[in-house]
Amino acid sequence: MPLHSEFLVLNAKMGAFGQWEVPLYFTSILDEHEAVRTRSGLFDISHMGEFKVRGRGALAFLQKLLPRDLSRMENGQALYMPMLDENGGVIDDVIVYRSGPQEYFLIVNAGNVDKDSAWVSSHVTEDVHFENLSEHYGLLAFQGPEAALIIERLFGSQYAALRYYRFAPFRDGFISRTGYTGEDGFEICVAKSDVPKLWQDIRAAGQTAPIGFGARDTLRLEAGMLLCGHDMNEDTTPLEAGISWALDLSKPDFIGLAALRKQQSEGVKRKMAGFILKERGIPREGYGIQKNGRIIGKVTSGAPSPTLKENIGLGYIEAAEAVLGSEIEIIIRGRSFKAIITTLPFYKRKKHSS
Amino acid sequence: MNFPKELRYTKTHEWVRRDGKQLTVGITDYAQKEISDVVFVELPKMNQEGKAQKPLAVVESVKAAFDIYSPATGKVHKVNERIESDPGLVNQDCYGDGWFFVIEMAADSDWDALMTSETYEKHLKTGV
Repeated sequence: MPLHSEFLVLNAKMGAFGQWEVPLYFTSILDEHEAVRTRSGLFDISHMGEFKVRGRGALAFLQKLLPRDLSRMENGQALYMPMLDENGGVIDDVIVYRSGPQEYFLIVNAGNVDKDSAWVSSHVTEDVHFENLSEHYGLLAFQGPEAALIIERLFGSQYAALRYYRFAPFRDGFISRTGYTGEDGFEICVAKSDVPKLWQDIRAAGQTAPIGFGARDTLRLEAGMLLCGHDMNEDTTPLEAGISWALDLSKPDFIGLAALRKQQSEGVKRKMAGFILKERGIPREGYGIQKNGRIIGKVTSGAPSPTLKENIGLGYIEAAEAVLGSEIEIIIRGRSFKAIITTLPFYKRKKHSS
Repeated sequence: MNFPKELRYTKTHEWVRRDGKQLTVGITDYAQKEISDVVFVELPKMNQEGKAQKPLAVVESVKAAFDIYSPATGKVHKVNERIESDPGLVNQDCYGDGWFFVIEMAADSDWDALMTSETYEKHLKTGV
């Protein structure tokens, strides 16, 4: 990882994330969380995967591979979506970037690079060229209400003017107005060799805090963003996970479509729900969810919310019980704690007109 | 990191201060750094029976929940209610205001079995 020695100098508390050693926090998860919500924070997410798909058949290939309609994408536009298997199970969630009429980038989750690469390659057609560029590219996420001002000062107004889910070429890669925090911000994809200097430049330009993976998780959870491998996987479909907005079921064909249409007509048996604890207890992945003494689901993510000062969680619940406002119980160390099913996201930033 | 000489330590990263039969228990500087921001504690009840090396309290950080093990067999004599309302004390002052509970040990051998600061530091470095 390009910044490993920098993290040791900063005295980061390192921890394991899949096969990587990443900073869990630099000063404190709570302080870093607040920095992103109120000022700005910088994350090194270089372990994420970058794929390039190009060629005459690129669009047709991606239309078959992925469940969202990419035909109306413009150059410089990005879209979030799951990548599905034939059963409609979630292999990964990805962002697709259209850089030209026959050229697309995909950013995929770090732990899934090999699996995804094998899956995409196995479907490649002869008029498509697929490259796994994960070794070449690094990625920084620069998030928070002050990020746009600093991006403008450092790199120019064309980047600060980007709309949500738009991107523009930058050096060897691009800058996009995307993120995983629920805050305004950018993700910057450049060659790994450029990452240390870019990290230093952004840190020096503002009072930008380095942010570890601890706060990355609490930020995304407050924003109601799912963590692939925890909140969804091959055993769950996007209909169950509550991300049907990232599907185009009217598309004529894509991998997983038949299974999803079938599930849609039969109705899902379980649903992702967000909940807030009403008694003092913190939900964690794997805890049981019950109602009137009967198990109705399982927690997939949970934490204290630093912004809301509540304990929040996500989990799959029997569809009939997944009703907004209804009371459920979370089993924590053998005892049950009352919780209320609530709308997602837990946290929504106030939009400022600029 | 700081490991006061007058305290004894466990492999599960509790520190123990002795005053006659009474043992005050908290988590070490290493442990509080390792788990980071403490946001919740679950303390034992007064007079609850603790068993040496069995969980007697819980500490939760932003990331996860961890058991706190009793260093001795005996009855809970006192609990630190301040850390229930202000769990951050566990990070700010782990050997002082961040203590968890006092247990009255039944047998001195439990104290004798605990590690000195030297042995604990060696344990942290080598894992034995």
